[in-house]
Amino acid sequence: MDRIPILKLGDALLVTIQVDMHDRLATALEEDLTNKIVTLGAKGVLIDISALEIVDSFIGRMLDNIAAVSRILDADTVVVGMRPAVAITLVELGLSLSGVKTALNVERGMALIQRRLEPEDEDADEQD
Amino acid sequence: MAAIETRTLASLVGDKEGEILPEWLGLLKKAAGLQTGRISESELAAQCRDFLHLFRDALERGGVDASNASYSQVRDFLGNMSRSRALQGFSPAETATFVFSLKQPLFNAMNRDKTNSPAALAQMTWGITLLLDELGLYTFEVFQKSREEVILRQQREIAELSTPVVKLWDGVLALPIIGTLDSERTQVVMENLLQHIVDEGAEIAIIDITGVPTVDTLTAQHLLKTVAAARLMGADCIISGIRPQIAQTIVHLGVELNVISKATLADALSVALRRTGRAVMKVKSIEAEKTKKPAEKG
Repeated sequence: MDRIPILKLGDALLVTIQVDMHDRLATALEEDLTNKIVTLGAKGVLIDISALEIVDSFIGRMLDNIAAVSRILDADTVVVGMRPAVAITLVELGLSLSGVKTALNVERGMALIQRRLEPEDEDADEQD
Repeated sequence: MAAIETRTLASLVGDKEGEILPEWLGLLKKAAGLQTGRISESELAAQCRDFLHLFRDALERGGVDASNASYSQVRDFLGNMSRSRALQGFSPAETATFVFSLKQPLFNAMNRDKTNSPAALAQMTWGITLLLDELGLYTFEVFQKSREEVILRQQREIAELSTPVVKLWDGVLALPIIGTLDSERTQVVMENLLQHIVDEGAEIAIIDITGVPTVDTLTAQHLLKTVAAARLMGADCIISGIRPQIAQTIVHLGVELNVISKATLADALSVALRRTGRAVMKVKSIEAEKTKKPAEKG
């Protein structure tokens, strides 16, 4: 069965979804991700969906689930690169993914996770 | 209607053009349209003459049946005329009068022609009445259609005009909304905003609703949808320009606007700048600080 690769980047996990998600793939990803967070002790999960053109309610719920699970395991979930059309669809479906953090691209998403990991540095930055 | 009468009619329109045309023009002038200066007298006369010629040809070939193929030229002419008149701002009645006022001159011409039997006269009158009524209705229809096109075009233009996305600063977009927010506009606004967020890589979008006259539950819902969609893209939204009455309405309606809201666009901008790590300061206070620091050191 196909699996979506999960990359470790420092304290964060990077998932780039580049194929159309079907439901079983989504469930597998959810499981893999949960295991990886525990085994690697990740503090952040970055999910890049910039290549996804279709996001249905199932995938939307999966994102919400992943966010909820990783929150319990003390990791932040950031969904990045959502396309405008996808965003509109999700809102129309009534899925606002309130538990998920979002960012425009991977770079910003990573910055968001880093900021959480190094709160002292962030304070120093702000004083500058 | 017999062929003989049709031919009589056609030749009548052709032969008596010199009588019919001035009479018709006189009637048209009396029926207004000229007074407003939207169309010149010579232009009107030219239109009448052209129409009469086409009309005669069609009568010759197609009789008094307006659905006949030989009337296609007449229809085209009337269609063009109605369209241009609709754009010039004529009223529908004025446009249709162009055709209907031809009846009287034609009947007069028929009456003056003493060779026709009363029965033939009655038949010709009936035929002409039906024919002109149908042509008149056709002008009406085209007129209506072109007006609708004008309205549609204006709607599109308004929709385009009223949803600009303005770049206020690096990474800060503003969306001044003017006019009522209905579902269709929300869709356009939302798509526009989201696309700009991607293009500019914006972090913060300020939605300014100073120009929104009323906010009801539906409008509030549309606003919230836009905010939610922008958040999914990774941009924060600030709503600004909420007028006192609107703030009261929102509270009375029990709508929860779970977004950062500021009274003015200026306030929203300063929040946006602070969030992106910038500050706006008076030049004087910066200078004062500079002079103060060396003094402290020394």
